[in-house]
Amino acid sequence: MTLELLVTLGVFAPLLGAAIAGFFGRRIGNVVSQGVTTGLLFFSAAVAWIVFGSWTWGDLQPFTVQIAPFINVGDFQSNWAIRIDALSAVMLVVVTSVSSLVHLYSWGYMAEDPDKPRFFAYLSLFTFAMLALVTAADFMQLFFGWEGVGLASYLLIGFWYKKPTASAAAIKAFVVNRVGDFGFALGIFTVFWMFGTIQFAELFPMIAAWEGRGWEFLGHTWSALDIAAFLLFIGAMGKSAQFFLHTWLPDAMEGPTPVSALIHAATMVTAGVYMVCLLSPLFEYAPVASQIVALIGGVTALFAATVGLTQNDIKRVIAYSTCSQLGYMFFAAGVGAYQPAMFHLFTHAFFKALLFLGAGSVIHGMHHEQDMRKMGGLWKLLPVTYGVMTIGTIAITGLGIPGLKWGFAGFYSKDSILESAFASAGYSPAGLFVFFIGLFAAGLTAYYSWRLVFMTFHNKPVWKEEHAAVHDEPGHEHHEAQLETHDEPLADGAHPATDHVEGAEHVHHDDHHHHGPLKPHESPWVMLVPLLLLSVGAIASGFVFYEFFVGHHAEHFWREAIFTRPENHVLHDSHYVPTWVLWAPLVLTLAGTLFAFWLYVMREGLARVWAERNGPLYRFLYNKWYFDELYDLIFVRGAKALGDLFWKIGDIKIIDGLGPNGAAWASLKSAGRLAKVQSGYVYHYAFVMLLGVAGLLAVVIARWGA
Amino acid sequence: MPYILSIVTFLPLVGALILLGTRLASKSADAAAPAARWIALITTLATLAVAVVLVAAFDASSTAYQFVEYVPWFAGIAYHLGVDGISILFVLLTAFLMPICIVASWRSIEHRVVEYMIAFLVLETLVIGVFTALDLYLFYVFFEGGLVPMFLIIGIWGGQNRIYAAYKFFLYTLLGSVLMLAAMLYMTRAAGTSSIPELAQFGFDPLTQQLLWLAFFASFAVKMPMWPVHTWLPDAHVQAPTAGSVILAGILLKLGGYGFLRFNLPMFPEASELFAPLVMVLSVIAIIYTSLVAFRQTDIKKLIAYSSVAHMGFVTMGIFAGNEQGVQGAVFQMISHGLISGALFLCVGVIYDRMHTREIAFYGGLTSRMPWYAAIFLMFTMANVGLPGTSGFIGEILTMAGAYGYSTWVAFGAAFGVILSAVYALTLYRNVMFGEITNPKLKGIADIDRRELGVFVPLIIGTIWLGVQPGAVLDLTEGSVNALVATYRAAIGG
Repeated sequence: MTLELLVTLGVFAPLLGAAIAGFFGRRIGNVVSQGVTTGLLFFSAAVAWIVFGSWTWGDLQPFTVQIAPFINVGDFQSNWAIRIDALSAVMLVVVTSVSSLVHLYSWGYMAEDPDKPRFFAYLSLFTFAMLALVTAADFMQLFFGWEGVGLASYLLIGFWYKKPTASAAAIKAFVVNRVGDFGFALGIFTVFWMFGTIQFAELFPMIAAWEGRGWEFLGHTWSALDIAAFLLFIGAMGKSAQFFLHTWLPDAMEGPTPVSALIHAATMVTAGVYMVCLLSPLFEYAPVASQIVALIGGVTALFAATVGLTQNDIKRVIAYSTCSQLGYMFFAAGVGAYQPAMFHLFTHAFFKALLFLGAGSVIHGMHHEQDMRKMGGLWKLLPVTYGVMTIGTIAITGLGIPGLKWGFAGFYSKDSILESAFASAGYSPAGLFVFFIGLFAAGLTAYYSWRLVFMTFHNKPVWKEEHAAVHDEPGHEHHEAQLETHDEPLADGAHPATDHVEGAEHVHHDDHHHHGPLKPHESPWVMLVPLLLLSVGAIASGFVFYEFFVGHHAEHFWREAIFTRPENHVLHDSHYVPTWVLWAPLVLTLAGTLFAFWLYVMREGLARVWAERNGPLYRFLYNKWYFDELYDLIFVRGAKALGDLFWKIGDIKIIDGLGPNGAAWASLKSAGRLAKVQSGYVYHYAFVMLLGVAGLLAVVIARWGA
Repeated sequence: MPYILSIVTFLPLVGALILLGTRLASKSADAAAPAARWIALITTLATLAVAVVLVAAFDASSTAYQFVEYVPWFAGIAYHLGVDGISILFVLLTAFLMPICIVASWRSIEHRVVEYMIAFLVLETLVIGVFTALDLYLFYVFFEGGLVPMFLIIGIWGGQNRIYAAYKFFLYTLLGSVLMLAAMLYMTRAAGTSSIPELAQFGFDPLTQQLLWLAFFASFAVKMPMWPVHTWLPDAHVQAPTAGSVILAGILLKLGGYGFLRFNLPMFPEASELFAPLVMVLSVIAIIYTSLVAFRQTDIKKLIAYSSVAHMGFVTMGIFAGNEQGVQGAVFQMISHGLISGALFLCVGVIYDRMHTREIAFYGGLTSRMPWYAAIFLMFTMANVGLPGTSGFIGEILTMAGAYGYSTWVAFGAAFGVILSAVYALTLYRNVMFGEITNPKLKGIADIDRRELGVFVPLIIGTIWLGVQPGAVLDLTEGSVNALVATYRAAIGG
């Protein structure tokens, strides 16, 4: 079997799985549905690792498999294709690895859900769309994947459709992404009319010639490449939840936790970073747009980290953390360090998926409790989860010893980003600015990440006293309501024999949630195995792949998939930064860690006192800088008001008032004849119309004949 | 294949005459109803078969009119038929949607069934005639004649407020058609022919072009409908029976777009260029304005009707962008919208048949009772939103790409409207489908049955197939559209 065929099968396998589970799920049942989708996903992952392995350690050359034509109108030529190069090889591995583990994990996490085939169909559908996105060879397939993952995200956020908060979050995610896609689409049109092509392979060689030229857009003449790159970046901002377009991501946590891990942490939200790196030939010649990328990334890294400091929902903390880490990737790409950006994307996928799935394990063990204030002391009851969460936290905080070049995954990639930002100072005006932002945010990251661990696993177990209290979170009851609609046996065959005690607990969980004592428990092995495998990634992915992504083998590894101008020495220079730059992140990380330890472990309860004081800064952060309120005021209410204005004033009063409801209709009404109008009148109208047509025709013929 | 166009055009009329015969022969109206349904279905399916043969025999590499029939009548007027790559698609679309309408009306129409089926079959003949006619007056008769059965369908089988709707529909369309007829009279005298292909070659002087352009525009703009002459459409849709809405949105709205492509652009190119900014502005207003209005609707059908106006904005925008992407996209958008809006009205019909209300607030939480319906409605909601992978995407992206070549402002406005379409469509879907069932009347609502599924399946296949392989349509239109665009560009010197 040729590699081309194998890759094609690997990309389409998830689509097949989605179709089987989606169309026949009810007939073939839960176990077969989840088995088929997961099995096909593991097949895809195996293919991805074969490609990535022969890319990294072998000498595989880039290739493209042409599948079928897509849209072909004039120069607007696009095809269904699978493009394999360094970037897509990396993405294939990230997407399929995390997705297959999330599929497996969901066997346990979604065990009680009555709608499992639908869930697995959506997960696989998402994976297919994501693979289409990362293997696109032109803008149309990229856009197809781009909106396709948006659809899957919408479906999965709103998976528990009975929960009003979930369907609201789903719409928000879709609409905010549409705002991004609005820019993206305009960017594609700009590229099309500028270069006369939307094929990457044809486009990239033409870009350099456009340097310094102008382009008319909305009545202004802009630097051509900057406006194209900027518009495309708006799409990336939406998909990757960057500042201004970030508001959907925290709300997306309404979806089941495996979804958060797969879509809203490891894969879909990184699509924006991938896009900027893929378009490095464009961004390299768009200095202004690149500065904007760096600034937006830097601001997001800081903003999201500050909000993350104060959140109490375990998933929201991780969501803001994701947002912040994506900011790191963007500012790296913005200063010209695409390789470190991709490296961080790669390592982040493992440890962030780990953190999310670990949080899911906690939520599962706590019987769908997400408020960290109601947790505490769980390390004894969930020892494996505690262990892997600690690994994930060490990885995300980037703990490592710079002198020895030894640390967990985040250490290699995040420090590489910070060093690149510092090294870019002479090349990119925003370089130093984002370096200091990134450095400071690293301290915040350490604080909120360890805060999560301490609140959840350490401290005194709050749930022992508080579980009896009514849960005040609005979404919570609805979720319960959803679970109570079980129409299928709860103890399904997916649970292994060793797990029967666990399974029995699931069955009764709804009852004891309300009546009996809350008893947190460790998760079943189908959930723990993915956690353990991701832990391996969180520990080793940095160490193993450092030399390939950003180190000595980088040039060979990327094989021109990433383009850097000759003047761009950022990656090279990043290896020669002053010693203090190497150590500064560690110092800030330790400071953040120690502060969290002091506040949440040594002075347990102090944080709550501070929070209850509810100072302005705390409120500002806790309310996420009031973005939701602001957007609601401007956009939601604005749209409603305008809609009402156009409808009730524009259509009804003005247009109809001047037109059909004018004199004639009014006189009919006042004459009281309207009441007498019966269906028989319709014939009259029809007759008049026919007569009119005939009469006019008669005139024509008569005149013409004469 | 001689006379194939006559066959495809008049086959439905033959079915209508047979129906008339059975009606006259049977003692009561009800007795003839079951037979009438089957006769209508068989007739429309036979017409579809002929249309498929027609498309199969069509030579897409030629830009000339094909299957031409020419029989001189009197006074220079001829029975002149022919199709090119654009009109053949509309013939196929009409023939495709008609059997679906008949099946969709199978149970929901209970009184005057024979007359109803006759109205639909006559309508089919008249609409197909619009697309096959190559003589001005033949076109006019079909074009205006088509209003009559539609008018009856709304006025007799419509909802409670049908008279007002029919009246409004009548008032608007009459205004436009009078001006168009006057323009046709003038053209025939000036050019000495009523043949559409010859008139396209004639070359009117610029001032005449402008007046004629405006006269045709008045008629077609109402049909589209364009803002601000769109307010008849929501009322007509709300009052029309489900199948009436399918035909109205699926086919009758396309008469306007087809008219622009057949008359305004080729016959009055200079005037088209002159007035293009006007059309562009009206199109963008339509896209944004009606999307916002749609967002505030409380009646499902009204919401979808307003959404249709917005989607037709993409068509007018694409046509007057006057480039390959724009015009190809416009034709594609019309075909695609025929499938999607038809399906959406059928979706409304499904729950209307069960609950007899279209109030959004009445519904909520249907997903848990109607999972298959939920999946189908979601699919067409997404297609309506222009999700890639559905045909809705292709039309929108191509018309916007074309519009960008005309003016970045226009593309900017239209792209903004795409955001709004997600807002109203997803909000509607949520309000009807998501949440808990709170209305006790909905507890026993049944999922779609086999007949209803059968109605949707061809539309689902069409929407996805065209979304993934748009070449099925684009390859057919390419030759004719490129020729049209090339002549237009040459005429305006660009």
